[in-house]
Amino acid sequence: MGFLDTLLGRTKPVQPNLDALFSLPTAAVTIQAAMGFTPTGTGSVSFRPAEGQAFQEIEGEVRELLAMGDDAAPVEVTGDSYGFTWLVSRHRSGEMESLVTDLHAVNISLAEGGFGPQLLCTLVGFTDPSGRKLGIVYLYKRGTFYPFAPQGGERRDNALELEARGAIGADLKIEADLSRWFPVWGAPGL
Amino acid sequence: MVRTRYAPDRGLQARMGLTMFLLGLVFVAFVVALVFVLMALKQGGGVIIFFAVLLGLGLTFGSLFYSDKVALRASGAQEVTPQEAPQLHGIIDRICALADMPKPRVAIAQSGMPNAFATGRNSKNAVVVVTTGLLSKLDDKELEGVLAHEMSHVAHKDVVVMTIASFVGIIAALLVRFAFYGELFGGGGRGRGGGNNNNGGALPILLIVMAVGVVTYAISFLLIRLLSRYRELAADRAGALLTGQPSALASALQKVSGAMSAIPTRDLREAQALNAFYFAPALKADTVSLSTVFSTHPSLERRLKQLSEISAQLGR
Repeated sequence: MGFLDTLLGRTKPVQPNLDALFSLPTAAVTIQAAMGFTPTGTGSVSFRPAEGQAFQEIEGEVRELLAMGDDAAPVEVTGDSYGFTWLVSRHRSGEMESLVTDLHAVNISLAEGGFGPQLLCTLVGFTDPSGRKLGIVYLYKRGTFYPFAPQGGERRDNALELEARGAIGADLKIEADLSRWFPVWGAPGL
Repeated sequence: MVRTRYAPDRGLQARMGLTMFLLGLVFVAFVVALVFVLMALKQGGGVIIFFAVLLGLGLTFGSLFYSDKVALRASGAQEVTPQEAPQLHGIIDRICALADMPKPRVAIAQSGMPNAFATGRNSKNAVVVVTTGLLSKLDDKELEGVLAHEMSHVAHKDVVVMTIASFVGIIAALLVRFAFYGELFGGGGRGRGGGNNNNGGALPILLIVMAVGVVTYAISFLLIRLLSRYRELAADRAGALLTGQPSALASALQKVSGAMSAIPTRDLREAQALNAFYFAPALKADTVSLSTVFSTHPSLERRLKQLSEISAQLGR
């Protein structure tokens, strides 16, 4: 924020950075090769619904858009206890590209409708044969990624997260500030 | 092209800018008046002003650097970890991610009075405090609205802005006090100054300095309160746009203000010290006309009106 913004007490809503999402498929290959985690094929976009008719219309459009495609992957819409909406797109494990394309379509629709600032994060799920879960979370406002590995209860596997950071650090821009690796407990798609 | 639904409120910004300009003007006029008085009378009083400015600077910096600790101590708030208050931390996490802000510390104060405040001179030192009364009274959506309002205070650096804005008033108030004491002990001072040729001049100069101080303090006090109200409106606005839910904040305001005026649970003296930082003022003045000019927060009607305008703007 600039000096004048501080002086006049204004904040410009932060616009999301959308393009970085397309580096996810590359990172998925790396994760598979380096850590043995395979994509679950499930990804989700989380956003804060704004009140009013305008947002509802756009949200409806997004759902239709995702339900239409050729492979017509089923789309789930869920809310969480924080009032955020999660759009979950399910693909097969190998279809990372089309998953990311779906997620990107959601972003574009919201951003073009003027609700870009409402986007919170996107999450792509990974799992390994022993059943451990790993999510790669993309923070729209920072344009950075971070790993999130939930364990039973509300605990997270920090060792696994740090391992993932090492593995994908070259492919993705990892959030450097660890205090911003906020947990998304019970996020759909994990 | 991506259009924006988040048009800034130019009117509010202009009024805020004008208020700050006037505060600056008061400061300049204050300094000029003092210099003029000293030059014209060519004698003591400089010491008083020097010490007033020195102490004023000390107080200002002190409150800038210790505001978080003092406010935490005064409200009796305890910092909480994500394990202790997962929902509260979760809401703040999400607000931070939406607004691209570093996460502040989070504390809970044991108080039945539903309220919240944010303090700290920058986002690194920021602490967001909510009372247990607020947590029990509001649902999650409303709580999110209140927290977004507090986080906007942090983003707008309101603690710094208001502390600096108060600087003029603090110096003026100190000067009045020092001049008053100078007056009391003026007899001794004049006795010593008796060797000089301007004997007896000490009394008027202190009176003049005192008068300048009183006038400056009065004007800057009103301007600071006006500025505070504008900053509240700005934080309401930024918070509502951040969550996209102005009505949730409006509903929280209504609940909190209603409860506040109905049952005062805190001791009056206890609540007074923190009033300026609170989400809604804990004390209500008796008369309407006075409370609008002197209060740190805009009236509930004014705040609700702005929020409904934002709601309409978002729905368009």
